[in-house]
Amino acid sequence: MGDFGFTVLKERHINYDANDKSIAEYIAEREPSFRICIECGCCSATCTTGNFIRFSLRELQILLKRGENEIVREQIDRCMLCGKCILVCPRGVNTRNVILLAREAFRKSVENEI
Amino acid sequence: MLKADKREVVVIGGGAAGMEAAGQLAKAGCIVTLLERESVTGGHVKNWYHLFPDSRNSDEVIEYLARQVNHDNITVRTGVTAGSLEKNGKSIIINTSRGERIRSDAVIVATGFDLFESRRKEEYGYGIYDNVISSADLEMMFRKDSIKRHDGETPRRIGFVHCVGSRDAKVNNLYCSKLCCVTAVKQAMEVKKHIGNASVYCFYMDMRMGGALYEELYKESQEKYGIIYIRGKVSEVSENIDTRLIVKVEDTLAGRPLRMELDMLVLMAGMEMSEGGMGLAESSGLKTGENRFFAPADHHFGTNKSTVAGIFYAGACTAPMNITETISHARAAVADVMDYFRNI
Repeated sequence: MGDFGFTVLKERHINYDANDKSIAEYIAEREPSFRICIECGCCSATCTTGNFIRFSLRELQILLKRGENEIVREQIDRCMLCGKCILVCPRGVNTRNVILLAREAFRKSVENEI
Repeated sequence: MLKADKREVVVIGGGAAGMEAAGQLAKAGCIVTLLERESVTGGHVKNWYHLFPDSRNSDEVIEYLARQVNHDNITVRTGVTAGSLEKNGKSIIINTSRGERIRSDAVIVATGFDLFESRRKEEYGYGIYDNVISSADLEMMFRKDSIKRHDGETPRRIGFVHCVGSRDAKVNNLYCSKLCCVTAVKQAMEVKKHIGNASVYCFYMDMRMGGALYEELYKESQEKYGIIYIRGKVSEVSENIDTRLIVKVEDTLAGRPLRMELDMLVLMAGMEMSEGGMGLAESSGLKTGENRFFAPADHHFGTNKSTVAGIFYAGACTAPMNITETISHARAAVADVMDYFRNI
């Protein structure tokens, strides 16, 4: 039988079971509205930062929930905390607090506090 | 046991639910008074053009409903509002806006819904930008066979914003109005039928195509009409110097912010408990749910029942419903009324 070269590209997968969801859990415990996002993208559409550089809170929060933390760690400080995203969120997520808590969680994880 | 042919029933609201209920009650032998606060019956249906899922002309529904209430046992009274309901033994007294006290053996409340007032989402610019219209405005344009921008030009790029006033904590409406998605699909196709070379875009959060033939209509809109669906909630709308509209949205599937200029934007207004229904709930102690619609006595077996014996609900005063569901719900209300009469 011919070898068609099919293989599993592991780097494409979100390794959900192995990924570290502790940052997301840290945020959700302190800001329960983190859980009720419906991925509408309103926050990102209106985001001043996202207009100029790569930054989408919608994208970052789902990455945190899947434990894909590294991209978030790189980008989370780009937010200027203007708060426009809070104004437009149809679910009433306290987006600013989500960002502040994400920063806090990353800081603590470096210091091995979580 | 009290026979239906001696019973007097008042139906409050002369839209699809009230008219169907009145017709079915009359056929069962009840003496019916139908109260409608506007000068004509027909409710919202008379403002629509073609209906989903089969593009039926809404006039056919109006004609059907008119036939339903054309019965010797039915007195249609327009320009009359039911102010409050009170129990008097087994009777229910309806206090009207004209100071009358109408006695009845049972009441069907069919006060329907109000369309969400699009001005309340001011970031979309309804009432501020001339070319931002509501889904109801568009239906009127279809009826007049004239889809024009405010400056008289024919729009070439038209956008539809889903979930205006629905699924939105900022306007205190957490629920899904459930019909706006399919209405947008229908209207998008209708726009293409009127303006063959138009580009039509729908901005949605989720395409909720749960009804009979809805998904098929959605597919047809892509396949035959080239409607383009972009997944993202529009966050705000602005206007450029040429009065073209600029929408801000994230294309959440592409994961990037998207800017687009449009000639016309249609807001898919959701459904809310009607002001009339709300007034009746407050004056008569009828329970409402978190969504402010009338709360049925039981979500499985009593969606037509209030918690007051003899007072029943029909149609969209209990939840967003399409015309098909409204008519079924009205018939079911009549079945409950008949059951009530057999047991008192």
